[in-house]
Amino acid sequence: MTSPPPMRLLQDQPLTGVRPQINASLKVVASIVLLIVSLSLAWAGEAVPTDQDPVRAQRAVRLAEQLRCLVCQNQTIADSNAPLAVDLRTQIREQITEGRTDGEIVQYMVQRYGDFVLYRPPFKATTALLWLGPALLLLIGAAVLARNLAVRRRRQAAAPLTDAESARARALLAGDGKKDRA
Amino acid sequence: MRYLVPLAVFVLLVALLAVGLTLNPREVPSPLIDRPAPAFNLPQLHKPDLAFSTKDMQGQVWLLNVWASWCAACRDEHPLLVELAKQRTVPVIGLNYKDQPDAGKAWLKQFGDPYVLSVADAAGRVGIDYGVYGVPETFVIDRQGVIRYKQIGPVTVRSLDEKILPLVRTLQKQ
Repeated sequence: MTSPPPMRLLQDQPLTGVRPQINASLKVVASIVLLIVSLSLAWAGEAVPTDQDPVRAQRAVRLAEQLRCLVCQNQTIADSNAPLAVDLRTQIREQITEGRTDGEIVQYMVQRYGDFVLYRPPFKATTALLWLGPALLLLIGAAVLARNLAVRRRRQAAAPLTDAESARARALLAGDGKKDRA
Repeated sequence: MRYLVPLAVFVLLVALLAVGLTLNPREVPSPLIDRPAPAFNLPQLHKPDLAFSTKDMQGQVWLLNVWASWCAACRDEHPLLVELAKQRTVPVIGLNYKDQPDAGKAWLKQFGDPYVLSVADAAGRVGIDYGVYGVPETFVIDRQGVIRYKQIGPVTVRSLDEKILPLVRTLQKQ
């Protein structure tokens, strides 16, 4: 166990004339570091491998984002770093280079891994409930709401106040209902 | 009636969740079942100069077992495969998936080699063709070269006795 460094170190430093000098040299060092960093960043920007044109790279990413990684199932192939996802990304890039269409590449994946690889499953008999379920629930909800509203309206219409009740209500509204409260 | 509807909804929900709990989301049904096994031609693990092709198994019922020396679950199923090989019921071909050949060979030396032969799928490309997404996986392939069953994850005594061996026997009679 090491004890935390003493915090008063900075305060203990004597205020001497050396400080401005330190500041000046620090600034020089800092600007050199900044210069190197920005230069290397600019360099890195140019050195990005461009074995493929940006349009194709974009296509590869878009495809990878539509496909589910089978190893870490809640990630796309684009997100995942599982070895299989890496391999499948390579497959996508290769097939784009070979001139295959997006549809063909997706088909390639579905043939091997099934509809499960698609984040947007196709509409078929087995997925009908998945696609229509939310709309169905909404319809059921709307029907229940409409029915409840209708029942309430009917109840209100069917039970108007008797004369005595409305007289009492009027008295209460006029602030004459103290004995009711007690 | 007033309590019946919420109760019914509750029971339905519990039933759905109970069913959901028994399902295994890790087991993705393979679209390759009842489809021709993807053909491949790969170098053999022990004799890299010699190739093995799926055509070599035409006319036989056989198992394709995907394994790797880096795969921990493979060690669980391995004794069962060794046992199966002793009984000579069905030939098992090993697909050494994304492995170092030397590591693979050493692994077989240590744990026993139940395979007629193993092929080296160093790049994992054949694995992709077979929709492999985890190791081990085992495919049952019939005389016509059609995939009839896929065991995802390690083979167990139960899956052997209840699924794989009965299926192999019926396929061998055909």
